[in-house]
Amino acid sequence: MNASHAVELDTLFGEYPLDRAFDEMREPDGSVRPHYRALAETLAGLPSEELQRRKQSADLSFLTQGITFTVYGRDEGTERIFPYDLLPRLITAQEWERIERGLTQRITALNLFLRDVYSVEKILNDKIVPRELVYSCKHYRRQMRGLQVPRNVYVAVVGSDLLRLDSGEFIVLEDNLRVPSGVSYMLSNRRVMKRTFPQLFSSYGVRPIEHYSQLLLSTLRSIAPEGRPEPNIVLLTPGVFNSAYFEHTFLARQMGIDLVEGRDLVTHDNIVYMRTTDGLKRVDVIYRRVDDDFSDPLIFRGDSSLGCAGLFNAYRAGNVTVTNAFGTGLADDKAVYAYVTKMIRYYLDEDPILNNVETYLLGEEKQRRYVLANLDKLVVKAVGESGGYGMLIGPHSTVQQREEFARQIEANPRNYIAQPTLEFSRAPCLIGDHLEPRHVDLRPYILFGDKVNIVPGGLTRVALEKGSLVVNSSQGGGSKDTWVLES
Amino acid sequence: MLSRVADSLYWMSRYVERAENTVRQLDVTMSLMLDTGGVSERERWQRLVASLGKPAGLDWNGNLEAMAHKLVFDNLNHAAVTFCVNGARENARQVREEISSEQWQRLNRLFHQIHSPQVEAQFSSSVSDALSSIIDGIHLFKGVSNSTMIHGQGWQFIRLGRYLERAYATATLLEVYQPDLFHPLAREHEGHQYLEMVGLLRCCTSFEAYCQVYTADVSPARILEFLLLNCDFPHAIRYCVDNMRDVIESIQRTGGRRPPAELIAGIGRLHAMLDFTTIAEIISGDTSAFLHNIREQCLRIHEQIYRYYVHYSIQSALAS
Repeated sequence: MNASHAVELDTLFGEYPLDRAFDEMREPDGSVRPHYRALAETLAGLPSEELQRRKQSADLSFLTQGITFTVYGRDEGTERIFPYDLLPRLITAQEWERIERGLTQRITALNLFLRDVYSVEKILNDKIVPRELVYSCKHYRRQMRGLQVPRNVYVAVVGSDLLRLDSGEFIVLEDNLRVPSGVSYMLSNRRVMKRTFPQLFSSYGVRPIEHYSQLLLSTLRSIAPEGRPEPNIVLLTPGVFNSAYFEHTFLARQMGIDLVEGRDLVTHDNIVYMRTTDGLKRVDVIYRRVDDDFSDPLIFRGDSSLGCAGLFNAYRAGNVTVTNAFGTGLADDKAVYAYVTKMIRYYLDEDPILNNVETYLLGEEKQRRYVLANLDKLVVKAVGESGGYGMLIGPHSTVQQREEFARQIEANPRNYIAQPTLEFSRAPCLIGDHLEPRHVDLRPYILFGDKVNIVPGGLTRVALEKGSLVVNSSQGGGSKDTWVLES
Repeated sequence: MLSRVADSLYWMSRYVERAENTVRQLDVTMSLMLDTGGVSERERWQRLVASLGKPAGLDWNGNLEAMAHKLVFDNLNHAAVTFCVNGARENARQVREEISSEQWQRLNRLFHQIHSPQVEAQFSSSVSDALSSIIDGIHLFKGVSNSTMIHGQGWQFIRLGRYLERAYATATLLEVYQPDLFHPLAREHEGHQYLEMVGLLRCCTSFEAYCQVYTADVSPARILEFLLLNCDFPHAIRYCVDNMRDVIESIQRTGGRRPPAELIAGIGRLHAMLDFTTIAEIISGDTSAFLHNIREQCLRIHEQIYRYYVHYSIQSALAS
């Protein structure tokens, strides 16, 4: 890079702090990493007004497309556009290759684990995973014991959250095995990015992700019940008030399948039907975006009308595939998570390619004492929660908050785990008219049917608030397009 | 197609049609009020409210601009334009996978437009500009719907909603206007009478079309004939009913159930009534009752469609 560029980059970077955390764009000495150079030069070459203009046109495009999510608990302006950062996050081909292998290994082991735990319990008998841990899990569903799951696929759609440590290594923070969302933002981000930076995009050689919907459809088709060669596949949504409703409509439209609500379904003689203008039509595969609890009032929560009465019996009879299966939340329980690397060794006899975050199980006396003594340095999480709820970030907490959590931990240790506060990586974001680093994670989407498919990339989530470590959209997070490079 | 989806498309379409009708009638009424010689402002407003189906909360208070503002922007009033646009968008939002992205974006843009401070500012400087920009938004939505959506079963339910709403609205309008049309107030000048008749035609965007058929020689009987019995003009009731009949056949052709005999008979009866009656017969009989009868039959058709395609009983569906 020549001197004049360096000067322009300086104004762009402004006060851009570099410290121990890994910066996606810059080396510790401040120079730009090789694969980010073309992006940096493009940014430096754009007048600041032009950058703002592109940002506004991208925002407008999200609003008119109605790419919004719903914020619960507020009357006014409950529909918000998903905050979005203009700069792409880049991942090299080598980095991606490792992530892809690691996730494939992980999802394979998790599926084997679920199948084992809900049938012969070999891993429990061999005392690799403690029995009480599994049975005390909030998302363990005893109704699933001994049930033959179609094609033995428990989780067909997974979104795993990865972080990058200061060493540059990617690790897995958690797996989402219930109803992971966000894939529509990944696809919409890409569409908007292609329009915003067309030349840059094509000069980079980015691997495409647009075929996700097609892969999802073929995954769903591959797990249809036996003897249904032309399966009727539907997406089950809780309805228009759900925060991810946009995504449900988006995926249904992209796949060309019907988007159904519980009230569209009826069961008769253990067969699920949907109400159409041509009478009742049999349903074969349900891509379920409704939580276990709300899926069938006869089996789970009786006060819910979001699901369909009789669905579980039809499922048990093998007349319909529901995916992800019920009770898969067991394997993304944050305490069970601590055992995933052991599962990989146990079922696959391989070393884990992607590591876990070190996790303290508070059910164990020694670990609990250590955690309680170090609450100000650790992150404590409730095991069954997601979306950034029920969490204490030690270094950012007050004394009262820590006392409150200590009380809750003492009262119910099984319900919590603790992890070290991670200095995970940061990527440059456009804040006002200059760049500032913000913490990012990465959620790739993994499809598991007759084979494993991962579209290259995923959703990069950004903690848009300065210094914040929470990337969840419900808590002020945003997103970036993720470019996996061809080479 | 899912019953719930068909229902949402139907109502999306009805709400859009209703919003357009309200805006147009308001625009015409306000421009008629500029000529102060004839009917009083109060009477005109009451006639407008009656032809919108007498929604509550719109009693004349002497301030035309405030009344108009209420009819356009009062979210809580079921007749208000914003209420209709909200309803259309809410229905569209629930079937986003069925309509095209372009359709959704147009409707979403109309929604944001009508709730923007700009349109209210425009409204206070020129009501008629604001109204025509809303109409433009509606026309864009309809045009995009026509050209980007697959004309399968969903489209048929959209058409059904549009023509049923329109037939009903035109019948209501004629029922409200026809006493004044045939028995004008003695104090009205000929010029005012002409304006009144043209106003009625413009409420249905039909003045130019009327002229093409009858020349500019407007007379009450011809107006009534045109808006009731013309089979080529899209706002005439007969045209709407022809289309409803076609829709019912198309629903079956595009994968829906065979329509039940009572539905076929209901639409056939309405159709025959308009097909085989002359305007002379209608005028010599009880015109008001004739128009009222059309509305009743529209309502019955609506109910039958709802019960047969949307809200049928499981037992009956399993039996067939």
